[in-house]
Amino acid sequence: MLRYVVRRLMWAVPILVGISLISFLMIHMAPGGPISVGTDLNPKATAETRARLEAYYGLDQPIHVQYWRWLSRMARLDFGASFSPDGRPVAEKIRERIPITLTINVLSMGLIFLVAIPLGVYSAVRKGSLFDRISTVTVFTGFSIPTFWLALLLMILFGVKLRWLPISGIASLDYGSLGAMGKLADRARHLLLPVLLAGFTGLAGMSRYMRSNMLEVIRQDYIASARAKGLPERKVVFRHAMRNAVLPVITILGLSVPDLLGGSVIFETIFSIPGMGQLFYQGVMSRDYPLIMGILTIGAFLTLIGNLLADVGYALADPRIRPE
Amino acid sequence: MNRPLRRALSQSIVMLLLLAACSGGKPESAGKAAAVPDVPAYGDAVVEGSIGDISGFLSAVTSDAASHEAAGYVFNGLVRYDKDLKLEGVLARSWEVSPDGKKITFHLRRDVKWQDGAPFTSSDVMFTFQRMIDPKTPTAYGDAFKQVKRASAPDPFTFVAEYARPFAPALESWGMDILPKHLLEKYPDISKSPLNKKPVGTGPYRFVEWKTGEKVVFDANPDYFEGKPYIARVITRIIPDQATMFLELLSGGVDTMDLTPPQFARQTDTAEFGKSFNKYKYTAAAFTYLGFRLSHPFFKDKRVRQAIAYAADKKALVDGVLLGLGQEATGPYKPGTWAYNPNVRKYPHDPLHAKALLAEAGWKEKDGVLVKDGRPFEFTVLTNAGNEARAKTAAILQQNLAEVGIRMQIRTVEWAAFINQFIDKRDFEAVILGWTISPDPDQYVIWHSSMTGPKELNFVGFANSEVDKLLEDGRSTFDLEKRKKAYFRIQEILAEEQPYVFLYVPDALPVVQNRIHGIRPAVAGITYNFIKWYVPKALQKYRLEP
Amino acid sequence: MNGSEGIWRDFLRRLLRNPLAVAGGAVILFLFLVAAFPHLFTSQNPDRIDVASILRPPSAAHPLGTDDLGRDVLARMVYGARVSLKVGFIAVGIATVIGLVIGLLAGFHGGRVDAVLMRFVDIMLCFPTFFLILAAIAFLSPSIVIIMAVIGLTGWMGVARLVRAETLSLKERDFVAAARAQGAGTARIVFRHILPNALAPILVAATLGVAGAILTESALSFLGIGVQPPTPSWGNILTTGKNYIAFAWWLSLFPGLAILFTVLGYNLLGEGIRDAVDPRLKGR
Repeated sequence: MLRYVVRRLMWAVPILVGISLISFLMIHMAPGGPISVGTDLNPKATAETRARLEAYYGLDQPIHVQYWRWLSRMARLDFGASFSPDGRPVAEKIRERIPITLTINVLSMGLIFLVAIPLGVYSAVRKGSLFDRISTVTVFTGFSIPTFWLALLLMILFGVKLRWLPISGIASLDYGSLGAMGKLADRARHLLLPVLLAGFTGLAGMSRYMRSNMLEVIRQDYIASARAKGLPERKVVFRHAMRNAVLPVITILGLSVPDLLGGSVIFETIFSIPGMGQLFYQGVMSRDYPLIMGILTIGAFLTLIGNLLADVGYALADPRIRPE
Repeated sequence: MNRPLRRALSQSIVMLLLLAACSGGKPESAGKAAAVPDVPAYGDAVVEGSIGDISGFLSAVTSDAASHEAAGYVFNGLVRYDKDLKLEGVLARSWEVSPDGKKITFHLRRDVKWQDGAPFTSSDVMFTFQRMIDPKTPTAYGDAFKQVKRASAPDPFTFVAEYARPFAPALESWGMDILPKHLLEKYPDISKSPLNKKPVGTGPYRFVEWKTGEKVVFDANPDYFEGKPYIARVITRIIPDQATMFLELLSGGVDTMDLTPPQFARQTDTAEFGKSFNKYKYTAAAFTYLGFRLSHPFFKDKRVRQAIAYAADKKALVDGVLLGLGQEATGPYKPGTWAYNPNVRKYPHDPLHAKALLAEAGWKEKDGVLVKDGRPFEFTVLTNAGNEARAKTAAILQQNLAEVGIRMQIRTVEWAAFINQFIDKRDFEAVILGWTISPDPDQYVIWHSSMTGPKELNFVGFANSEVDKLLEDGRSTFDLEKRKKAYFRIQEILAEEQPYVFLYVPDALPVVQNRIHGIRPAVAGITYNFIKWYVPKALQKYRLEP
Repeated sequence: MNGSEGIWRDFLRRLLRNPLAVAGGAVILFLFLVAAFPHLFTSQNPDRIDVASILRPPSAAHPLGTDDLGRDVLARMVYGARVSLKVGFIAVGIATVIGLVIGLLAGFHGGRVDAVLMRFVDIMLCFPTFFLILAAIAFLSPSIVIIMAVIGLTGWMGVARLVRAETLSLKERDFVAAARAQGAGTARIVFRHILPNALAPILVAATLGVAGAILTESALSFLGIGVQPPTPSWGNILTTGKNYIAFAWWLSLFPGLAILFTVLGYNLLGEGIRDAVDPRLKGR
């Protein structure tokens, strides 16, 4: 087991280097230096001011020097200082924003798990039935709908017309003065729509995978033999089939991280959530190179961790699969 | 807090959403006040919405409008613009300009304290000046201060700035936020100081907290030298999406925001809306234009530029893009201000006249497209992505020009790429952009022939020796009449030469929840007297602990 | 393996028995009609600005209302269908070609080539795709060409893996060895044996890919860097409409529904194809 984990970790290292190289190259191929937004078309700045800012940010070095500087700092998880006027360390800015993005993503993944698995199982067991058809359409609707559109519709319904839920943000204005329970309730009310939406739109992948796995498993010989033994159908389904079908679904965990992160840009913008997705978008628009590379690296890193956890979890859970 | 000055320090890009034209006179409000005793009372909070997060509180080292507006609650400059856009003293109770125009003496107020209790003196002004010209300070606003030949603080309440030559825009530059020496002197780079995140100023509001990406909170400063503000708390909520912000307005999550023309004209025309909100409208300090690269073979010829000006249907632009909430622009100045010349050559929509001019310039019509020397009249106009108003402007102009046989392609580029690849490298044929108009009429950096270097702002390449001289004259005297003459003549020349086709000046369209009283619309807008806004006791929404 | 006609017929029969897949297919067919014959659905010019009819609700003259420049929404939706479909198809085309090439190379050569290529795939899969697309388009330019290229360049990994798996599993089969023994070149083996078997999963991936590309374009429009107006695309019509959603409901409802049904159609069809493919050939 340990050897397996170590092997997987070692596989991760060149991946990380590859990631850093690709993101660095991408950014430096891009036209538009980072100081442009601050001084361009600003009647109060002049060429001298700009040159000063350029030297200040270290952009006058040759490109391989810049990459080496970046790589050696990345190894220490030091992503440097953000190019934006506040000049704070990138790691600090990311650390501020990660919790809320992770919270929403973890909660929605949990929601997806809770709903997708039974949905997939029943769809498989009752393949072709009305239930199967309806759930397929529902699940795919979530997948097919432009998320910001649905978000606005729900905001109008629950926020403006019914006034049940807040429209955007993650805390009410008087959050600071609430007690612990009050704070929890407030946070829950604010996150309800985003999590529901993220869950609804992400349901399809998991539930369809569950369904197709279940379908495959049901076909297997050992299920037929369980039935032949005279076991009640419920036991056949839950005890035998499902347990085997669920396992591969765990591997999807790691794969869903990049998609969830990518989707967070839209979510966080429409719901005014100060998370990593929003930060990335701002970084791109202001050519904040260290920030962009930092977030891409962290994102890829999170994916690697997700994959690793999923693989290990799968190996642990399935006694048949024992890695050498 | 001083909105016109803040705008003078910001970029035009931020005018994205603040599109509305202004109509020169006093703005109107549309709405009813509630029937309760209208007596100023202390208390309540005003919640504003902001699309962008702020990046810091020290205006010298930030350049976005959101940051400058936030800083305006906490800091003051020596001067600011009043409701009629005339300079008035804030931290300076008065000033004199020497007869030769080379020396400005500021007499500072004696009753001002920093929010931590320390007294405000001329050494703070001196300190601010030194930092503005210090190379270690990453500021974009140092140039006006570099013109100072010598600065001195003869006593704690007098500050003197001497210039090599009379420099009229200098006065405006002293609207820059004055920094506390005692809190910043140990930081060689003020952008790295804690004050950039936790400001301490002399202004009407004290900083309470800043949750990045979420909100900024200020509480009223009870010792403010102009009197304690009535509104006890100001909260700026960061809401990156316009649609979301509007929904927040409807549900009471924000109290004020800037509306887009369709929102102003249609979405909020119901009686329902009028019951809870007051809408305001005033001429914004910005204009949108179509700029030509003057070295381009097509646009070198003045007649071509004038023809395009005749072909452009500015009324359709005002009606279509601004829904009538604005006015046509004839030059780079805000109508209704002292430097604005209403009597320049105008270009009403006249496709026939346009065609005649183009024919004169050698263009012949062939199958609906103009051709000269075998080349069809086709060009690409660039503008920045994500700006709805500019995209609509481009679409209308495309139709206008097609009518006279000119084929204009539209290309939108994301802002940072736009500036770097095209503007800075002068790699464009024509652009649709806008400028914010600062109250001081000096526009040297935009029109002077020396400002055509890479990354400088005369990117169209305008060079007119008469205008050059007038620009120099205009900025080197404090005599209002002399300046006015110079700027009037400049506008006449610009109207004749059309280096830009000046398109429109939008209206600003703020809306405010109507429990908030005390708003007095003026030429400068509505926020110049924010410290006098109040909510009558009975209508107060946010109960705050004292 | 060479009784392909029989397999295809079975496949089609199974597909047609799935009402959801049929519904999806019908939607897509309708869309192709709209894109190919726009004049059947609208007689108006999608670019004609009419300043006097800005933001008017649906009426006889404008069945789906007008937008913020007075242009007819139905006309814009019809011509926008073309744009959205074009973006979807070309982006997926690019992704499929790249994926095919890489997957074939990896599967065929095996060994070091395979290891390096799959490592590369792993690296690319670690990036949140949308982040990459966002950065690339913002840095370059939101032109239709760039959007298609970028979506394609970031979406080939799934196809590559599928093709590689197929290639690997088929490489060892008897009929390939036999074909080789007969002197068949690599290209022949690829085109006559490997591709037809890999076709089904590639088709599924491509169908789902088109759906994803349409959604991605609308997300990019929301962020201001999708297909730029005045060229109509469903994404940018929807984005314009969102700011007026509280009163100009037609400007959000119709493009939103159009995107929803189209993408849903593609997804249902793709799933239907997946269901209809003989599990024996699913290849794992």
